Amino acid sequence: MSKRIDVSDLNVYYGDFLAVEDVNITLDAKSVTAFIGPSGCGKSTFLRTLNRMHEVIPGARVEGKVLLDGDNLYADGVDPVTVRSQIWMVFQRPNPFPTMSIRDNVLAGVKLNSRRMAKPDADALVEKSLQGANLWNEVKDRLEKPGSGLSGGQQQRLCIARAIAVSPDVILMDEPCSALDPISTLAIEDLINELKDEYTVVIVTHNMQQAARVSDKTAFFNIAGTGKPGKLIEFAETATIFNNPGQKSTEDYVSGRFG
Amino acid sequence: MATLMTERKRSALTRGRLPKSTPWVVAASSIVVAAALMSLIGFNVFGWAVLSAVLFAAGNVVSSAVVEGRRKATDKLATSLVLGAFLVALLPLVSVIWTVLVNGVPGLLAPGFLGTSMKGVTGAIDNASVANHTPVLGGVYHAFLGSVLITVWATLISVPVGLLTSIYLVEYSDGNKFSKVITFLVDVMTGIPSIVAGLFAAAFFGLVMGPGTKTGFVAAVALSVLMIPVVVRSSEEMLKIVPNELREAAYALGVRKWRTILKVVIPTAISGIASGVTLAIARVIGETAPLLVTAGFATQINSNVFAGWMASLPTFIYTQIMTPTSPSNPDPSNQRAWAAALLLILLVMLLNLGARLVARIFAPKTGR
Repeated sequence: MSKRIDVSDLNVYYGDFLAVEDVNITLDAKSVTAFIGPSGCGKSTFLRTLNRMHEVIPGARVEGKVLLDGDNLYADGVDPVTVRSQIWMVFQRPNPFPTMSIRDNVLAGVKLNSRRMAKPDADALVEKSLQGANLWNEVKDRLEKPGSGLSGGQQQRLCIARAIAVSPDVILMDEPCSALDPISTLAIEDLINELKDEYTVVIVTHNMQQAARVSDKTAFFNIAGTGKPGKLIEFAETATIFNNPGQKSTEDYVSGRFG
Repeated sequence: MATLMTERKRSALTRGRLPKSTPWVVAASSIVVAAALMSLIGFNVFGWAVLSAVLFAAGNVVSSAVVEGRRKATDKLATSLVLGAFLVALLPLVSVIWTVLVNGVPGLLAPGFLGTSMKGVTGAIDNASVANHTPVLGGVYHAFLGSVLITVWATLISVPVGLLTSIYLVEYSDGNKFSKVITFLVDVMTGIPSIVAGLFAAAFFGLVMGPGTKTGFVAAVALSVLMIPVVVRSSEEMLKIVPNELREAAYALGVRKWRTILKVVIPTAISGIASGVTLAIARVIGETAPLLVTAGFATQINSNVFAGWMASLPTFIYTQIMTPTSPSNPDPSNQRAWAAALLLILLVMLLNLGARLVARIFAPKTGR
């Protein structure tokens, strides 16, 4: 399953501080969208508003609309838990649950929501998810070992497998490769390319080559200065952003003149 | 032409260094000098050891200052101070363990000591055993059982209350005013003298159940007043160090908050919580004062915490020492008291070992 996201007039606040201002963007289903921009420009903050993780931080709030196939995530009476079970997130640092085995980590989304599952079904789901995350061959012989014993890159792919296992509509990735070596990064980028056949993928990255490699469309965020809100400067096909950007600041950023 | 440099006999790099044997020489001479000085003012072993240590430290520092310079001398002075402080801290501990072992082992090995109570053991029996040199009768079973039961009940009361309080403080309060008040009160409770906790429980049950109510359960309530703050603080610290990323990971999976706490946060922190609880138990199991006013003194086995007086190891020791069973022959009572003290120390030691074991068993698994 895959759903599109339409964002209109979105303002994101931390307390009284306006962190991201007036975002309008449409993320197509079954595509990869990359968010690029200098540090502190609100990419991650904006990403976290897409599955209502933003409000986990005390004092954080959001104004505007985020439509998931037409349903407003921020409408009255929407349970953030329902939202988060459809829009999953992979974090910057791999965070497998340390008390659980590899197998239990993959099944965490199912088990923690206390859905019962017969063992053959669970085994099938574990294999399918781990294969989806390109991790099956590396861990199939040690599924009962703790997830924290894997390498950083494997842990990150385990977290992606955990995301796939709950079959979400959208996968959000917050700099998933920033803590990884080039080989693991390659594995995850390959994975992103496969994931877009089934899911809507949104990725925040500091690595412009990565954005160019994996994404169909790219959004450039920028910030006017310290204390000013971050803004969406330009959103277009990735090729356009990197080769023929419409804005001066985008061109400066992607060509490495600042940032 | 390059020539091979031979190693010099006396390295320039070791110039101005004392030879390795210096500390031994200093030690030997300070022991001898100390013995000589002590014989002038009246010899005793303790003074001899202290004087030797002081002379040794001084000799080391001075010789180092003369030959090696100021930096090395300061290092030796600091080493001597640290080592000395360590020995001073260790001295009472070793002395206590030694005294209790020496005095307690005979009583602990006496037949029936662990299996019988003091029921029917009178002054006449003690007098007879001293006169006929027969083994001391009477045992500690009732007090041991009482201690265990009272502590188990105190744990049953304090762990849920303490754990839920710390979960509220860490997961739900967001640092609001109410949580600050709770934290402050918990800190105050940590400093409550244990006799006050005992009087509280005695007065409370006196009001509710009628004056003079003394049962094991009253004692358990008194102990839980002492235990709760310890459990709250230790579990609070343990819950705080659970990385926020794990909570976010669970939230982002669409897991509800209470399930996140139950299935992710607590399992991650469980080893620390469990060892904190065990240490809290070890802390209260030796309390005497609150038990004196809440559980009374019993000489027979009572396994019902809700009715009747109940003995416990600390109060058993207290009564045996303060009011010997046979006032004319206090030796059997003393022997029983020391044996009970040894048993109590062993119990606390086992609990501490248990805490480590629990921490290891519950610790997040590592390994590949």
